[in-house]
Amino acid sequence: MSEVIVVTSGKGGVGKTTTTANIGTGLALKGHKVVLLDADIGLRNLDVVMGLENRIVYDLVDVVEGHCRVKQALIKDKRYSSLYLLPAAQTRDKNAVSPEQMQKLCDQLREDFDYIIIDCPAGIEQGFKNAIAGADRAIVVTTPEVSAVRDADRIIGLLEASELRNPSLILNRIRMNMVKRGDMMAMEDVVDILAIDLLGVVPDDENIVVSTNRGEPVVTDSSSLAGQAFRNIVERIMGNDIPLMNLDVNEGFMGKIKKLFGIGN
Amino acid sequence: MELLNFFNRKPSSGNVAKDRLKLLLIHDRINCSSELLEMMKTDIIKVISKYMDIDEAELDIQIGQTKSEESNGTVPVLYANIPIKNMRKAGNQ
Repeated sequence: MSEVIVVTSGKGGVGKTTTTANIGTGLALKGHKVVLLDADIGLRNLDVVMGLENRIVYDLVDVVEGHCRVKQALIKDKRYSSLYLLPAAQTRDKNAVSPEQMQKLCDQLREDFDYIIIDCPAGIEQGFKNAIAGADRAIVVTTPEVSAVRDADRIIGLLEASELRNPSLILNRIRMNMVKRGDMMAMEDVVDILAIDLLGVVPDDENIVVSTNRGEPVVTDSSSLAGQAFRNIVERIMGNDIPLMNLDVNEGFMGKIKKLFGIGN
Repeated sequence: MELLNFFNRKPSSGNVAKDRLKLLLIHDRINCSSELLEMMKTDIIKVISKYMDIDEAELDIQIGQTKSEESNGTVPVLYANIPIKNMRKAGNQ
């Protein structure tokens, strides 16, 4: 039984591509056969985040238009034996493929893979419609900001209107020190407002920048907090019940002093 | 920062964000534009003015939320605050 999962958000820059890369790599590390499908035609980036940008020959549009076979366009990641990437076209636009073509492609990929993870473009137009067309389930990524949560809410409405019910939420870039002092919405606030199941919380972590610089997903970094968060998310996608990790960071010298005197929380 | 908040008694920015977002989503989900609200306001004034003398300038109408009586959640609600200048008996005009 294979599963097609679309990673979406509405707003750009909240971490869709990073999430796609990490979930896919994490699932591959668990021994599953995974293909990452970049649906962001014209602004492809998943290849760069994965460090595979130099190996692209054919792309998604070439496959859809019949210029090559699916297998020719798939890039095998040499680091993780069961991971593949189907890159988006960079010189075309979102109208180059149709929802029907995407659905057909997803069904074709189901024959060879356990998981097909789709990186959805930002926005709610054609690119979004294409990306969700062949999906079984959706993951909505957001950050604890008013604009990102608002867009996530809109996307959840659109997903449900497209029969993709029960999307799950990944809250990205949370900063516990800011939440603690009341300057960032807490996980509970966002989950309460959006009213969908929480798949995981990913802390804001400098290691993400470092790993993206190198083109190596942070999920492979055993010492990174964000890496651990993604490993937990991968477990939950596989159906395992993993409790949310403790994100409390070292509160620092002033925090300890305040605690000593009973000020604050 | 916490100490500053303690003296300022300003609501934390996280709570401000939460409250703004809640109100924003009520409007987004209902898909009710300010234009529509304005049209509704005009109609309400028309109807109520038939029966009583109201202060049109002070009339306030907005969409907010209130605790649902049936479930634990909140439900959207239409608030209308209509100051009455003078009660007139129905059908007097």
